[in-house]
Amino acid sequence: MNEWLYVALFMLVGLVIPVGAIGAGFIFGPKKPNPVKQSTYECGIEPVGDVWVQFKAQYYIFALVFLVFDVETVFLFPWAVRLGHLGLYAVVEGIIFITILIVGLIYTWRKGMLEWT
Amino acid sequence: MNLWNDPLKVAADWLEGIFTGWGMDAVLAHVLVAFLGVLLLITVLMVLDIFLVWIERKVVARFQDRIGPNRLGPFGLIQPFADIIKLIIKEDTTPDGADKVVYNLAPILSMMSVLIVWAVVPLAPVILGVDLNVGVLFLIAAGAIGTLSIIMAGWSSNNKFALIGGFRQVAMMVAFEIPMLTMLLIPTIFAGSMNMNDIIQAQGKVWFFLISPLGALIFLIAAIAELGRAPFDLAEGESELVAGFNIEYSGMKFGMFYAGELLHAMTFGGIWGILFFGGYRFFGLEQVSPFLAIPIFLIKALIGYWIIMWVKYTMMRIRIDQMLAFNWMFLTPLSFVLLMVTALMNALLAESPPWVYGISMFLSNVVLAWIALEIARRVGRRQREKVERSKQFAEAHH
Repeated sequence: MNEWLYVALFMLVGLVIPVGAIGAGFIFGPKKPNPVKQSTYECGIEPVGDVWVQFKAQYYIFALVFLVFDVETVFLFPWAVRLGHLGLYAVVEGIIFITILIVGLIYTWRKGMLEWT
Repeated sequence: MNLWNDPLKVAADWLEGIFTGWGMDAVLAHVLVAFLGVLLLITVLMVLDIFLVWIERKVVARFQDRIGPNRLGPFGLIQPFADIIKLIIKEDTTPDGADKVVYNLAPILSMMSVLIVWAVVPLAPVILGVDLNVGVLFLIAAGAIGTLSIIMAGWSSNNKFALIGGFRQVAMMVAFEIPMLTMLLIPTIFAGSMNMNDIIQAQGKVWFFLISPLGALIFLIAAIAELGRAPFDLAEGESELVAGFNIEYSGMKFGMFYAGELLHAMTFGGIWGILFFGGYRFFGLEQVSPFLAIPIFLIKALIGYWIIMWVKYTMMRIRIDQMLAFNWMFLTPLSFVLLMVTALMNALLAESPPWVYGISMFLSNVVLAWIALEIARRVGRRQREKVERSKQFAEAHH
């Protein structure tokens, strides 16, 4: 039997159980909506201004840096799996690959892109 | 193969025999037995989750020099059941203006991402959900769904605080995934495979934390940040941002986030145990029977969970910019350098006797950690002196 079928079964049951728990909450809980209760929380006052506020551009920079290193790590997984059989040549090749990306990180660092403010 | 050695296969064959005896198709019977197995595992996990609430409350109480819940039932054991009942009978409010589909889907996905990790966790040499050959990569993929659910919760709540809290939490979780991924590569290099069972079997001679202690430590730090627990719990920081992405959630939906976080912590305790502490291995005891291997694994997972709780209730929270600076300027370079050093030494020492390999790996880790700490100390001293000098300059010119 294809093993990914079991993973799909796990995902299905993993989706159904929390739905069941929240559904139990939905069945057994009182349902008395009123406008004051439904209004969003803002430290006890009426919400002011638009909700989807402008966010810091810094989040975008961090997401980009994460993306680069995530893709790099995904490429490193097959390298790591076969490292025992490939000898010193593959190790040096991998080290060069990682070094090129570390240089990218140092560039980002020196440009001040990793500062929060 | 009898009940003592291989209980899961015996039970599965017996059930399949019954189902085909009823006239069911053989393939359908197999799928049905698999479905029942999955249901059993997830039910056991949810019950374990309830007891994790009790463990958490008792342990935090002891750390804070008090007793914790002891009224309901002996030693307060019925307390989490009372908590669950309270959460179920609370009203299920939805804030107006919230995106209903995304808002309701977020806690479900958060819990699901934790439950499916247990599909690849081997509880015994013969008891595991799925023997995936990319088990380690599957862990990361499942964790990514959890990160997604947090940004879903923050975005759809129609609340500024939830939005900002969700952004911060996800920025932190995503940042700390890099050292975690890199440290996952180290047991992969030692074992030569991404399969979790192979990684455990490769720890026959020595547990991996003895030949890569720095790797185990960095993985633990990154995992604690990934869980969103203190000292990295700015989304839960009760005094900042109210409750972060959790603000608009009440009742069982909040319960799913909270219980999911505790189960996630226990799961990472188990994963840490598998990757670095030998999983269900304990000097050959696991060969006797799976019924011994499961408690060994559970004890290791609980010890890992205990260490995670210990860190949570001992250390102060750190700010988001300190946290991100710590990750991008210290942990990520250190983890990549550790990976390079490990790969290099693994290749150079491939033919040497095991004890030379073990001791040189251990020493290389210690030397690397010492160098990294020295660099951090020097940089810290220089920055402190700069601040002191600017302060003296300002005072002298008053």
